[in-house]
Amino acid sequence: MAKTHVTMKVNGVEVEGLVEPRTLLVHFIRENLSLTGTHIGCETTHCGACTVDIDGMSVKSCTMFAVQAQGSEIMTIEGVANADGSLSALQEGFRMTHGLQCGFCTPGMILRAQRLLKENPRPSEEEIRMGISGNFCRCTGYQNIVKAIQYAAAKINGDEFKEAAE
Amino acid sequence: MNDMTPTREQREAKLEGMGCKRKRVEDIRFTQGKGNYVDDLKLPGMLHGDFVRSPHAHARVKKIDDTEALKVPGVLAVITAETLKTVNLAWMPTLAGDVQMVLADGKVLFQNQEVAFVVATDRYAADDGINKVIVEYEPLPVVIDPFKAMDADAPVLREDLAGKTSGAHGPRKHHNHVFEWTVGDKDLTDAAFRKADVTIKEMLSYHRTHPSPLETCQCVCSFDKIKGELSIWGTFQAPHVIRTVVALISKIPEHKIHVISPDIGGGFGNKVGAYPGYICAAVASIVTGKPVKWVEDRIENLTATSFARDYHMTTEIAATREGRVTGLRVHVLADHGAFDACADPSKWPAGFFNIVTGSYDFPTAHLSVDGIYTNKAPGGVAYRCSFRVTEAAYCIERAMDILAQKLGMDPAELRLKNFIRAEQFPYHSALGWEYDSGDYHTAMRKMMETVDYAGLRKEQALLRAAFKRGETREIMGLGVSFFTEIVGAGPSKNCDILGIAMFDSCEIRMHPTGAGIARVGSKSQGQGHETTWAQIIATEIGIPADDIMVEEGNTDTAPYGLGTYGSRSTPVAGAAIAMAARKIRAKAQMIAAYKLEVHEDDIEWDIDGFRVKGLPEKTMSMKDICWAAYNSVPPGMEPGLEAVSYYDPPNMTYPFGAYICVMNIDVDTGVYKVRRFYALDDCGTRINPMIIEGQVHGGLTEAFAIAMGQEIRYDDEGNVVTGSFMDFFMPTAVETPHWETDFTVTPSPHHPIGAKGVGESPNVGGVPAFSNAVNDAFSFLGSTHIQMPHDYWRNWKAAKDLGVFA
Repeated sequence: MAKTHVTMKVNGVEVEGLVEPRTLLVHFIRENLSLTGTHIGCETTHCGACTVDIDGMSVKSCTMFAVQAQGSEIMTIEGVANADGSLSALQEGFRMTHGLQCGFCTPGMILRAQRLLKENPRPSEEEIRMGISGNFCRCTGYQNIVKAIQYAAAKINGDEFKEAAE
Repeated sequence: MNDMTPTREQREAKLEGMGCKRKRVEDIRFTQGKGNYVDDLKLPGMLHGDFVRSPHAHARVKKIDDTEALKVPGVLAVITAETLKTVNLAWMPTLAGDVQMVLADGKVLFQNQEVAFVVATDRYAADDGINKVIVEYEPLPVVIDPFKAMDADAPVLREDLAGKTSGAHGPRKHHNHVFEWTVGDKDLTDAAFRKADVTIKEMLSYHRTHPSPLETCQCVCSFDKIKGELSIWGTFQAPHVIRTVVALISKIPEHKIHVISPDIGGGFGNKVGAYPGYICAAVASIVTGKPVKWVEDRIENLTATSFARDYHMTTEIAATREGRVTGLRVHVLADHGAFDACADPSKWPAGFFNIVTGSYDFPTAHLSVDGIYTNKAPGGVAYRCSFRVTEAAYCIERAMDILAQKLGMDPAELRLKNFIRAEQFPYHSALGWEYDSGDYHTAMRKMMETVDYAGLRKEQALLRAAFKRGETREIMGLGVSFFTEIVGAGPSKNCDILGIAMFDSCEIRMHPTGAGIARVGSKSQGQGHETTWAQIIATEIGIPADDIMVEEGNTDTAPYGLGTYGSRSTPVAGAAIAMAARKIRAKAQMIAAYKLEVHEDDIEWDIDGFRVKGLPEKTMSMKDICWAAYNSVPPGMEPGLEAVSYYDPPNMTYPFGAYICVMNIDVDTGVYKVRRFYALDDCGTRINPMIIEGQVHGGLTEAFAIAMGQEIRYDDEGNVVTGSFMDFFMPTAVETPHWETDFTVTPSPHHPIGAKGVGESPNVGGVPAFSNAVNDAFSFLGSTHIQMPHDYWRNWKAAKDLGVFA
């Protein structure tokens, strides 16, 4: 099948590649760019494991063609840590509050949460739950993911994080 | 001592040992997308395999034409049953003693059964190839309803078993019969029913569902023709078992098979069994001489690899009019699908379902299970469950509520009246188990006090009265569940897989500078073993958990283990870890005594080293002992500090818990609201409370999904109608209730550290709590039992059937 040349900026780096028009963005990211932190859980846009940030929006990269991302700016989990290599507030929050277990949903969940906190820096629990409802987690029951996002929001806003009583 | 000398508390805290909410070491890589999952693996020249699958649930395969497929660019091979027959692999053994087609051999027996394996240069080309394979089918009549499978005129499903009147578990009564398993005293139980004041009888169905971890099943197989070695990276919960299975069915010697389970994206039982994808990828690698990757998609996962449950349990309890239970009789119709691919220990065709007497002191009980074949996917795996314990807990916990209703008693009161009492442990159940420890009354009362059970019942009574007066359309249910689990399979006397006893193992190697590595036969899929196993060692040998690296999943380096499922890791591998650590400490004691120039008996353990009795300032730290182990051991002692333990547990462990779900349902829409869910778990000694709570949250969420909607459903033609995440209920953060967790601690008397295991308790105990809440809500309208799953539609339908809209 004829291949198309695509260019985009991923985690701040200009990248390019030759792809078939039918190549899914998630495969381009994982196979061509070897950024395997973006996962595939369903290939039907339900589970959110493949969530990346494209031009300021959370996008499920399993149902977007690589060619549709031509010229766009993408962030994957590999681009989330702070510039000095330390964990971002969200990454730290997930660890501190036990917001992950098998880790498979985590990259998509963190990318989604990062965008959520940009859209709404002080979300309520209900807003967090609605905000991540496009991302499945099979391990945690979401409760500690909600806490992780609250932890990160507090840290980013300079507020004190208080763990809700059980 | 001076101000710089750490206090005992500081020394203890530095270890981050047992009981500490240690943050997970795994999270550093997982939060940065640096996990190493199977699909992340890329080998030079790697090919991709994918399946042609059957659209029919039952059909003869007349012809497979791969001519056009082989012309597709990138397609290198199409493997069929005929190809596999040349290496004697068209069929494979199942863990349950049955055989299963790897690829359709003459017929297909369930929708989406594997028919041919297309091997291509990438996954897109493989898919193109699949679309060009032409398969000619002749549809046959299907058997979907398990209750019709043993009709005299039911279609014959397993023609390969023609004339076989017995199977792996005894006689077969019918051509679609797999086994009959009976346990208990039938005569005594029948007599108890004849004498009973009160009896109940209800058919309780636990529907077919699926573990559905977020990462599907997958593998990469690479055969090195020169060395004759096969390497398999896969999503295996039990990598050593996979290596032995491969050795048994291939001609490759076991030491030339390298099975590696890297990071696994959740398992929940789905990744215990051996699937056609593994065999086909291995054969494809042998045929092509290149590495071959097979990655299931979600639809394939839901429809082909290992369902769970599908137990239909006719349940009877005999009791006195005062509410004392006197007998239990259960018959199970177990739908195994097309092949019996249950992942149970070999001698247990219905797993540990004979834990069905639950937490109650039944003087007698009788259980019979009939396994049957239908045109559904094979499996019967333990979805976050110790081999059918979930089914058993659902069965008894629903039945106790039904009995309470018949007696006009409160369900909590009925339970308190019939619990095994603390002083009865170790308790011998009527169906043959020895419960190790428990204090059920304390746990139940703690739950009732915490949630103000009496107050909730009052509120319910008021709401019911208001409903009857027509003032509200809401009904309220209290779902009580008091489960006893049986985990930690298991003692070699009664537990094996393919003849291998279900021990587990640990090897600890301490390095000169006081750091070390522990290799364990279990395999984490998210449970956090790298964190918790190090905590056990830290407490046992006084080396900080941060200085212990835990490694699992590489069969070349890890000691042989039976893997992680059935909540067996803490009870079995956890015990092996403690025992290996104690061997390290025993040798360390000899070294320390030698270095401190006293007799071994004159020194004692103190947090992170030894001290001379009566001379507390004369000490030697474990870190220093590690160094000494490599340069100045006592004369005659071998240098080094290593230990291995293979632990064969003397008994199972029996975690338990008291759960309650408070739910309101709108009868006009069927919409429910979980107002409160409280879970008290007793898993014995608690290694890492943070991880325990996380396990409970996750298991409760699965229980919520299963009870309230998650189902693998078939239509009459055998089409799976819930085969994607569009239809298969996966709760999001919005639907998922808030969880309250609590605990009591009743250590296991036979486990080295008293731990019992917890991963599965919330799934086991959660499902009956949800189902009892729904049933309790509707009970005052005259219903006895409403089958799961309790989705909005079924709730609405239940209300309608009860005449609420009349």
